[in-house]
Amino acid sequence: MSVLAVTEHRRGELRDISFEIITAGRELADELGEDLNLVVIGGDVDGFAEDLNRDGVDTIYTVNEGEEFNHGIYKQAIEQLHAELDPTALLTPNSVNGLDYTPAVAESLDLPLVTDAVALEGGQPVEVTREQYGGKVETTYDVDADQYAISIRSAEWPTAEDAGDAAIESFEADIDHDAIGATVNGFEEVGGGDVDITEADVLVSIGRGIEEEENLPLVESLADTLGATLSSSRPIVDNGWLPKNRQVGQSGKVVEPDVYIAIGISGAVQHVAGMKGADTIIAINTDPNAPIYDIADYGIVDDLFDVVPQLIEEFGGEAPDV
Amino acid sequence: MKILVTVKEVAEVEDEFEISGLDIADSSLEYDLNEWDDYAVEEAVQISEEHDDVEVVTVTIGPERAEETVRMALAKGADRAIRVWDDSIEDAQFLDVDTKAEIIAAVAEEEDPDFILSGVQAGDDANGATGVAVAERLDFEWGAVVNALDLDVDEGVASVHRELEGGVEELTDIEIPAVLTIQTGINEPRYASLRGIRQAQRKPLDVQTLDDVGLDASVVDSEIERTDMYEPESEGDATLWEGSAEDTANELADFLRDKGVVEG
Repeated sequence: MSVLAVTEHRRGELRDISFEIITAGRELADELGEDLNLVVIGGDVDGFAEDLNRDGVDTIYTVNEGEEFNHGIYKQAIEQLHAELDPTALLTPNSVNGLDYTPAVAESLDLPLVTDAVALEGGQPVEVTREQYGGKVETTYDVDADQYAISIRSAEWPTAEDAGDAAIESFEADIDHDAIGATVNGFEEVGGGDVDITEADVLVSIGRGIEEEENLPLVESLADTLGATLSSSRPIVDNGWLPKNRQVGQSGKVVEPDVYIAIGISGAVQHVAGMKGADTIIAINTDPNAPIYDIADYGIVDDLFDVVPQLIEEFGGEAPDV
Repeated sequence: MKILVTVKEVAEVEDEFEISGLDIADSSLEYDLNEWDDYAVEEAVQISEEHDDVEVVTVTIGPERAEETVRMALAKGADRAIRVWDDSIEDAQFLDVDTKAEIIAAVAEEEDPDFILSGVQAGDDANGATGVAVAERLDFEWGAVVNALDLDVDEGVASVHRELEGGVEELTDIEIPAVLTIQTGINEPRYASLRGIRQAQRKPLDVQTLDDVGLDASVVDSEIERTDMYEPESEGDATLWEGSAEDTANELADFLRDKGVVEG
């Protein structure tokens, strides 16, 4: 028995989660008293295997099938390797691609599945911690099964850094290409546009708290007054109030400004992933329990419609009526 | 063509809330149509408006209270609805991914849709997994986290964009029948019109038990058990400026001047 962890790469590079899942997998394997095996599927598997050879990894299986991610290849390869290794735990990234094959693999192998784990405690049963209700609560789940699948959230475990001496083995998966009904044709960068929010020293960022598109001039005015660049969390872009190139977060841009002023932003994990590298984070939000305050350096627990006009006036500006 | 849309009534938590046992106290919850499902309903309705002879059917696992949510989807243009519920579902501690997938797949087998649209995740339990699990059960093709969809009915292919991390989209062709999990932002969900709301009251809403869909109570059995729920301890040590809006804005302005963000 062992722990089998699936790694992830895109456009020729291993993603950070691949090194985080080594740490999570090693911890779980230690608690279970088992080996940690990795699998890397597609692309430059030999080069990837070299990079993945970190302390604590026992064996790295390479599956030389395809260049980029295709869920059909991943599913078949993982199922076949699972049959060969018979692991206790299947660990996968809770990434967009992880969500595209893990539920199918779990269903096909009849493994109980818990997604988006933020902590694991090995043993029988294994205890999985996850967040619910938009991060307002944490819950724990016991999985009482001999074999199970768990997907792990990115940035919750440190990346494995030290070099290791894992065995590297090629795994010849028998892929039925006719059974795959999805064809990946390429990638497209989104955003672009005239403003690059990743270059800004000061970002005024707006979230759902702005309520209506008609209220946007208020934060635009603040950004103008401060000489800052306007960015936003996802709902503002989803609503079409700002273009995609203004979105900060996991599926948007990762920014590292000197000052990030988060206005009416609750701080969902996907947003935080994009802005936690800011030097100074200032939050303005009515909810004192909003997760944004977990990472903010300074905060004002108040209504943005009261505070922002005052702030504009502080600098001699005139707040627009909204 | 028939499109099945999975619709969930989700619980939203008020700013101040209480935990009761292993769940949030009902008094702290408000219920609404799951945000991601709202986009899935809109996508299905838009397809039905663009093509002839498309029927949009919603499927929900939920108690009687969820009918308000279901009617909302009907008011936005879905043709009819199915709600699955009975005492054994009611008594289950929670429904894991496999259970939900099995129930929805059972309904889908009965309905025989060409296409299933599902929200990427639900705002409350956020598993993000049911749609793909349903596809596997039905032996359908699938695509997760779709934020653009172009359907070629004649060719039987859905050309989609999958929203990856970091502002990159994957362009993928998916053969139908398929399950697509729909990301927010793919469209602009409409508001239900008064006329739509009136019409929704007359649209069919079938309530089915597990027995009706060919399953028995064992479907809710799970190897996964919820053991605790708690408010996470705040990891933050933010300095909070307090006082009137004038006072706090003044503190922040001083800070920004000290920091050199603004001169003067």
